[in-house]
Amino acid sequence: MAFGQGRTGGGGGRGKAGDKKGGEKGQGQRRTLFRRRKVCKFCADKIDDINYKDVKLIGPFVPERGKILPRRISGTCAMHQRKLQTAIKRARQIALIPYVTD
Amino acid sequence: MANRQYELVYILPPDSTEQQVAELHTQIEGVVSRMNGGIDKTENWGRKRLAYEIAHNKEGVYVLDVINGSGELMKELDRRLRVLDQVIRHMIVRVDEEKKVVDRTRSKRQTDSERRRVRRGLPPVRQPGEGRQPIDLDDTDDEHFDGVEV
Repeated sequence: MAFGQGRTGGGGGRGKAGDKKGGEKGQGQRRTLFRRRKVCKFCADKIDDINYKDVKLIGPFVPERGKILPRRISGTCAMHQRKLQTAIKRARQIALIPYVTD
Repeated sequence: MANRQYELVYILPPDSTEQQVAELHTQIEGVVSRMNGGIDKTENWGRKRLAYEIAHNKEGVYVLDVINGSGELMKELDRRLRVLDQVIRHMIVRVDEEKKVVDRTRSKRQTDSERRRVRRGLPPVRQPGEGRQPIDLDDTDDEHFDGVEV
């Protein structure tokens, strides 16, 4: 019984979410506010060479704390994330980018 | 003889004089030429802030050398730089292979786009003011992204 109830409850919740989305679809404008298209910066700008000397390019991918920004947030494609990773690690070695900052 | 290209970056303490920098450079040049290498390019980036302290220095004088030579040469150079006290940090990176790949992708993109454009009956090179103008995407607040792509 409890199992059944839970299911219906979950279903109801999902239904609600669906309704909401439907409402947004009608407005059209709101959708773009909620979802942004994530594109790899390097693919979009056609940057082939991710160089460790180019702090201006790499900098935005190293936030406050000094960690490398994950792909799921930056939207970088796998190939460029890999290249970015080596570039950041090299830049860290010669103190252009911090290892950690607290 | 394997001819490879390397980049050598080294950092000197901020209080080192022009003369000291030049002296070290000639020293490196000596090692390179002795082992049948060549220095393609030298860049002095000057005094820069270090991202973290190295040997109690907050700043450093950066010098970049692009060197052509063998792995043996770089090994020797690495050993010497390790010993020298006036070099607080150095790094050697091999660049020739990456450069080759970059050049290849760049030229491939160029020829591909030209071929496509010609097939569409357009001049091979993009004319100024042609095509869609870049739109300003609001990409600043990543925290609000809900993680679902449509």
